[in-house]
Amino acid sequence: MAEKSQVIERDALDDLLKVLREQGYEVIGPTIQESAIVYDRIDGVSDMPVGWTDVQDGGSYRLKKRTDESRFGYVVGPHSWKKFLFPPELRLWRAKRDDAGFKILEEREQTKKYAFIGVRSCELHAIFIQDRVFMGGKHVDPVYKSRREKIFIVAVNCAEAGGTCFCVSMKTGPKAQSGYDLALTEIVERERHYFTVEVGSERGQEVLKELQHREAKHDEISAAEGRTRNASEQMGRTMDINDLKELLYRNYNHERWENVAERCLSCANCTMVCPTCFCTTVEDVTDLTGQYAERLRRWDSCFTIDFSYIHGGSLRKSAKSRYRQWMTHKLATWIDQFGTSGCVGCGRCITWCPVGIDITEEVKAIRESEGGTHGDQT
Amino acid sequence: MGTFEPMVPEAYRVRKVIRELADTYTLELESVSGSPLHYAPGQFNMLYAFGVGEVPISMSGDPSQPHLLTHTVRAVGPVTQAICASGRDSVVGVRGPFGTPWPVEKAVGKDVVIMAGGIGLAPLRPAIYSILQQREKFGKFVLLYGSRAPENILFESELHEWRSRFDTQVNLTVDSASGNWKGNVGVVSTLISSIDVDVSNSLVFLCGPEIMMHFSILELIKRGFSKNQIYLSMERNMKCAIGFCGHCQFGPTFICKEGAVFRFDQIERFFRIKEI
Amino acid sequence: MVTRHKMSALLREAPLFQDLDERIVDLLAGCATNVSFDAGEMIYREGEAAKQFYEIRRGDVALEIFVPGRGPVTIETLHEKDVLGWSWLIEPYRWHFEARALTRVSAISFDAICIRGKCESDHELGYELMKRFSKIIVERLQNTRMQLLDVYGHI
Repeated sequence: MAEKSQVIERDALDDLLKVLREQGYEVIGPTIQESAIVYDRIDGVSDMPVGWTDVQDGGSYRLKKRTDESRFGYVVGPHSWKKFLFPPELRLWRAKRDDAGFKILEEREQTKKYAFIGVRSCELHAIFIQDRVFMGGKHVDPVYKSRREKIFIVAVNCAEAGGTCFCVSMKTGPKAQSGYDLALTEIVERERHYFTVEVGSERGQEVLKELQHREAKHDEISAAEGRTRNASEQMGRTMDINDLKELLYRNYNHERWENVAERCLSCANCTMVCPTCFCTTVEDVTDLTGQYAERLRRWDSCFTIDFSYIHGGSLRKSAKSRYRQWMTHKLATWIDQFGTSGCVGCGRCITWCPVGIDITEEVKAIRESEGGTHGDQT
Repeated sequence: MGTFEPMVPEAYRVRKVIRELADTYTLELESVSGSPLHYAPGQFNMLYAFGVGEVPISMSGDPSQPHLLTHTVRAVGPVTQAICASGRDSVVGVRGPFGTPWPVEKAVGKDVVIMAGGIGLAPLRPAIYSILQQREKFGKFVLLYGSRAPENILFESELHEWRSRFDTQVNLTVDSASGNWKGNVGVVSTLISSIDVDVSNSLVFLCGPEIMMHFSILELIKRGFSKNQIYLSMERNMKCAIGFCGHCQFGPTFICKEGAVFRFDQIERFFRIKEI
Repeated sequence: MVTRHKMSALLREAPLFQDLDERIVDLLAGCATNVSFDAGEMIYREGEAAKQFYEIRRGDVALEIFVPGRGPVTIETLHEKDVLGWSWLIEPYRWHFEARALTRVSAISFDAICIRGKCESDHELGYELMKRFSKIIVERLQNTRMQLLDVYGHI
């Protein structure tokens, strides 16, 4: 593997997409759909949001034209990559009644081989987190695993941060450190537009070989470093994560939960846009004859009343308890369950909350009620 | 899509249906493929009614007989009603076993107190069978059982059988009674003061409605038991039983993975938090 | 009849009188007698004057109330070492429920008028007894509240 940064020129990006397609990958990257950046199948750079950026804040998101031709000049949109590895709806099996009761119908599927173009560092961390959820325990999600093992990841190091970003606080960005095949830093100068490239795997090395590239010069490397530094300094939000798990464990009965419940609509947007949320429900259905049955798995949300239903009623009837469940799971119980926070600081839950509830604000409010911060503000 | 192996049920034929109470049935199941299902007392299976859905139900039979799965089901929702309505020779789906067991092995050499409320006796019955099958390995054996009324006592004839053994102490109580009931009336926690065990060298297995377990734990602690001597079985919504769906989260645990049987001191911090 | 000395010794074994000053135990013993009831025998009836209370030494007692249409309903059963009856302590000194021996019962019976008289003249005795009965009353109230929850009806 090349340990030194490499450089490819702007137009080599199209070649990269082409090489990946030729290697049998379904290439997924940023597109513009319904006034947002949405990851979808792309055939070339012309499908990408060239020259667009996004302006984000609590409860607000809009696209804006840039003054340059950046390919990756925005941060993250409402969708994350999880919809490809962990599909929103999945048929788990089909069965048919027979003499022995029922029989599971054999199904074979060629697992899709995806190449993800433009994975941000926070999103890479979200994938690492879901790896632990779906592949790190006694049981393994076979669909996730088969897709995950095949993906080719082209990471992009953010050059700018969004208004709701806080990856620096969560120690998940803005620069991708590992887990990618190739990582790009886009550098747009008055005279020149190029990418520095880090190679993260043998596969990445093989793909790079197909592109015109050369070793990065000192000034190109420092230009890339400048972009990362710029993004770090622009973080729209911060969250003090020092002792955060215990802070929340100590405050299950904090009055702030009532306060947030007065604003929360229980719409579940935060869970849908979150790149690590993994809850699902299972639905068993039959056809009209009753001879065929199938089981479907769908994304679910802890914000629904039914989520906690056991005979006799739902255990989390109040909006307060449901928001608390979500936030303490992300930031506290997740750590006990999976050895990592469930939050990567991507800011989606803040941007896509219709009433602008801000997880960093909620943490701050609880922390300050205990008499200021513990340790350094990160 | 391919099949998602951990979520695929196996066909089991209903060999026997016993009506235990007005709304509670015990089903004896045998694998259509003939393969045994080895499990430990306290574990549960996901039972599937074809096309209707799946529910988590603890094993309630004898774990030394892995070819015969026994489940005691209370018909309270569409799936449990469909399962309870399964006739002899019909087929249900089974996935499992899942969850943590009652620590029967840890209780060897100790006195054992089994405390159940309502249908909570069903998940404890495999532990009772295990202990009685190797009775000499344990000290005193006490079974405390509370139910709503005399007509709601589960496994009544077995309870009388166990009570008639010279090496067990079985105390029953009901919350209210009319007619000819000659037994105890009062909540199950009132039975604790009368038990004769070596409190410092015993384990308690507790299963019933959460609020019943709460009051029972208060009484057990009053009686001198430590929190790490008490094991209890928790209940939450379950959809997948393999730690993926998130529905059974209880504080930092998924009941299907880290539970359903917990040692009380390990969950005490979260036990009485409202709507957790 | 047992001697007052023997009765004092018996009382000291009862949980109700644990750690009680000897002087007070002796005062109580002066109001106490041994009694027994056959299985099925009524110990007291609803509405009657509450003239005594009991410390059960052996046997089981049911507290019942007659519900028209349902017959006798048992509210609670009491056993060895339990105290039976507190209506003697609180005006108007009438039983609210009925107590029936489920098995043969031996108990120590305390004469309510005798004890109330001693409590009035000896407030230390009165306070000790009130403390101990309050504890029993609160425990029974808490248990009753749990019964009201009807926990097995829902889950």
